[in-house]
Amino acid sequence: MAAGVATWMPFARAAAVGWLPLAQKTMPKPPVDKKSRSDEILFVNVSGLRFQTWKNTLDRYPDTLLGSSEKEFFYNEETQEYFFDRDPEMFRHILNFFRTGKLHYPRHECIQAFEEELAFYGIIPEIIGDCCMEEYRDRKKENQERLAEDTEAENAGDAPLPPDATLRERLWRAFENPHTSTMALVFYYVTGFFIAVSVIANVVETVPCRPIKGSIKDLPCGEKFSVAFSCLDTACVLIFSFEYLMRLYAAPSRCDFARSVMSVIDVVAILPFYIGLVMPENEEVSGAFVTLRVFRVFRIFKFSRHSQGLRILGCTLQACASELGFLLFSLTMAVIIFATVMFYAEKGTKGTTFSSIPASFWYTIVTMTTLGYGDMVPDSIAGKIFGSICSLSGVLVIALPVPVIVSNFARIYHQNQRADKMRAQQKVRQARIRMAKKGATNAFLQHKEDGGLQDGDSDSTPLCVKNRSAFEHQHHHLLHCLEKTTNHEFTDEVTYSEVCVTDSVGFRTSRSTSLSSQQGATTTCCSRRAKRRAFRLANSTVSVSRGSVQELDTLHITKTPAGTQYPQSRSSLNARTEDLKLNCADYTAAIISIPTPPANTPDESLPNSPAIPGILRNSRSSTYNTQETVKISSL
Amino acid sequence: MLSLDGLEMIAVLVVMGLFVKVLEQFGLFEVVGEEDSVEDDFELSTVCHRPEGLDKLQEQTKFTKKELQVLYRGFKNECPSGVVNEETFKTIYSKFFPQGDSGAYAHFLFEAFDTNKNGSVSFEDFVFGLSIILRGTINDRLNWAFNLYDLNKDGCITKEEMMDIMKSIYDMMGKYTYPCMQDEAPREHVESFFQKMDRNNDGVVTIDEFIESCQKDENIMQSMQLFDNVI
Repeated sequence: MAAGVATWMPFARAAAVGWLPLAQKTMPKPPVDKKSRSDEILFVNVSGLRFQTWKNTLDRYPDTLLGSSEKEFFYNEETQEYFFDRDPEMFRHILNFFRTGKLHYPRHECIQAFEEELAFYGIIPEIIGDCCMEEYRDRKKENQERLAEDTEAENAGDAPLPPDATLRERLWRAFENPHTSTMALVFYYVTGFFIAVSVIANVVETVPCRPIKGSIKDLPCGEKFSVAFSCLDTACVLIFSFEYLMRLYAAPSRCDFARSVMSVIDVVAILPFYIGLVMPENEEVSGAFVTLRVFRVFRIFKFSRHSQGLRILGCTLQACASELGFLLFSLTMAVIIFATVMFYAEKGTKGTTFSSIPASFWYTIVTMTTLGYGDMVPDSIAGKIFGSICSLSGVLVIALPVPVIVSNFARIYHQNQRADKMRAQQKVRQARIRMAKKGATNAFLQHKEDGGLQDGDSDSTPLCVKNRSAFEHQHHHLLHCLEKTTNHEFTDEVTYSEVCVTDSVGFRTSRSTSLSSQQGATTTCCSRRAKRRAFRLANSTVSVSRGSVQELDTLHITKTPAGTQYPQSRSSLNARTEDLKLNCADYTAAIISIPTPPANTPDESLPNSPAIPGILRNSRSSTYNTQETVKISSL
Repeated sequence: MLSLDGLEMIAVLVVMGLFVKVLEQFGLFEVVGEEDSVEDDFELSTVCHRPEGLDKLQEQTKFTKKELQVLYRGFKNECPSGVVNEETFKTIYSKFFPQGDSGAYAHFLFEAFDTNKNGSVSFEDFVFGLSIILRGTINDRLNWAFNLYDLNKDGCITKEEMMDIMKSIYDMMGKYTYPCMQDEAPREHVESFFQKMDRNNDGVVTIDEFIESCQKDENIMQSMQLFDNVI
């Protein structure tokens, strides 16, 4: 039920007095409301901003958080108020909805933030009032488009293929994203070159060349150098056919590919040649043959794979199909009207060019588009008057749909630009996120170095360990538990690349087998952190679990294609095992946010992270050198 | 004079027409009959009504101060202008009965609440009505019900009036009822009502007949508990 109906309930029940005397049976007993009926003021504290409202106001919508008993979860006994740790500015709008029954969308707020608040308070966004619904819908659509673009850019983009991609998949990727491999780039440019050559050849072969000796007439170049041109044409067609067949083979869904616009263009580009091969050189069909040659010009559309601007134009025209249709329709109407009028107006004139209504069509179109060739001119007064009206109206009719098309084009163009910018910035963003993740691991490693994992009494733990927040303690404890579980330890990228040199070969799947065979090496490389011997427990079994860690790693990789790193960097390995252990979405957020607490504590902070590996490296390199002989022998 | 033939005449007329339109734009010609539109807009401004003081209302009705406050806050929230017109009344009532058509009954209710017959129900009208129904004696309630049924307020209920009322109540049920709604149901109900109420069989029910018959009816008396704790 909608707003405020609850207020009128007593009235509706009272109105039942009209049914009473007419009732043939006894009325049922009314429901007893045990709780107190008197209205009271409730205090709602939202992040410090105190709101007060009548209880009845909130009870109006019993299926929301505030209207139901769910709000009791947020009741604070000491302060006798309901406390919500949410945005107070947004809460204003939510409360206004309860008060007035209309939900308004604040224009300066982010649409996603607003939707989240609504979801929290149990209000569906569909009840936004008409005054704000339009704006809400537009913003939401825009946002969704943007997100779709972003995810598309991420997914379709430069994510490296899984190593076991088939030849087909690799081919397809090479075709769709030419900048992923040099071969694809070369192919891309070669096809572009040949398209250009083909189009230029088509153009040039009609240019008149100097005639061959002995004849006076100018020949078109196509006939003078017919062999050369036909060779060129054949070569181009062969290359295009080859390209098309390759694409067809590589396409993940051949039916969809065959129906796509680009493939149709490809087919139309090469078909005339083949039809020309098949057809005999007859007189009758030569007309058709000439027509086919016209279709060769469609090769120029193949450039749209190479040019984004062409694609945008195509998109725009598609998006503005209705406006274009309207333009066409209104033009047709106007043309017919004016042509008829002009014909009858000029009928009386001697030797008039307006011989029929269809003949007048030409005049009308030329006049309405303000071309005015002058091959058909009205003579009579009426004709001249109507002709001038025709030209004036032509300007108007054509000018009307144009702004719509232009604005659509601008919108699509900006979207594309944004997508490009996104892709460019994506690399930087990913790099920063990687750094943050690395910082998290380094925090843990530093923690271990500082002796945070000692079980000893609290006096001996260094001050820097004590200063850490409870959250950090718990997180580090968790990582420590993981280490104990898997009998492996976290290290950083540098150490790993220094130590486990043997596994620089190949992809992960190969590495797991190679590692498990080198039990001794792994044992020693981790035992080199000899300083922290206190917590160097079951190291002998390190290698076995390392294999399993690798497998876990492989499993997890497939889930996060975006921003994945190559396996050689151990920090990514760590990051991912962390992800695995704390496997819900909020924890991954926690991981990225972890660097900030370290930033606060002065002894270790994110900017120092390059230094930390340095420190570790130094310590390790010293021990490395001392135990180098041991390492080599075990290898 | 110029000898113009048909089409030229038309052309000239068209040109003149366009000319007139252009002059209109410049305000030199004004088509007659457009002066009234400006004033219509002012009528849309709402009439604001303020009720009498809380104390006075408390004297006149049987509600406590707190109850009046709650009622007024709800009322004012729904009708900021302080009065309810019939359309709003009908809309509100229809929200309670989504299956059927409650427009007719709401109209009768509106007539009953609008005691001073000015086309709108103010807060006082609303509260007086509610006070009688919810806090009044049984006789008061029956009086109010009689007033509701007596459409032309002439002191007696005719069969036609009762038929209208009955039909409006049955309309609220809507189409999907069990057992199926017969067309004759209202008429039969009216007949049985008149049999019960019309003592002297003169075809109309007066107020005394009505109250007397109702007081004798066990069902009706027992159903009066319907209004026990509505507010």
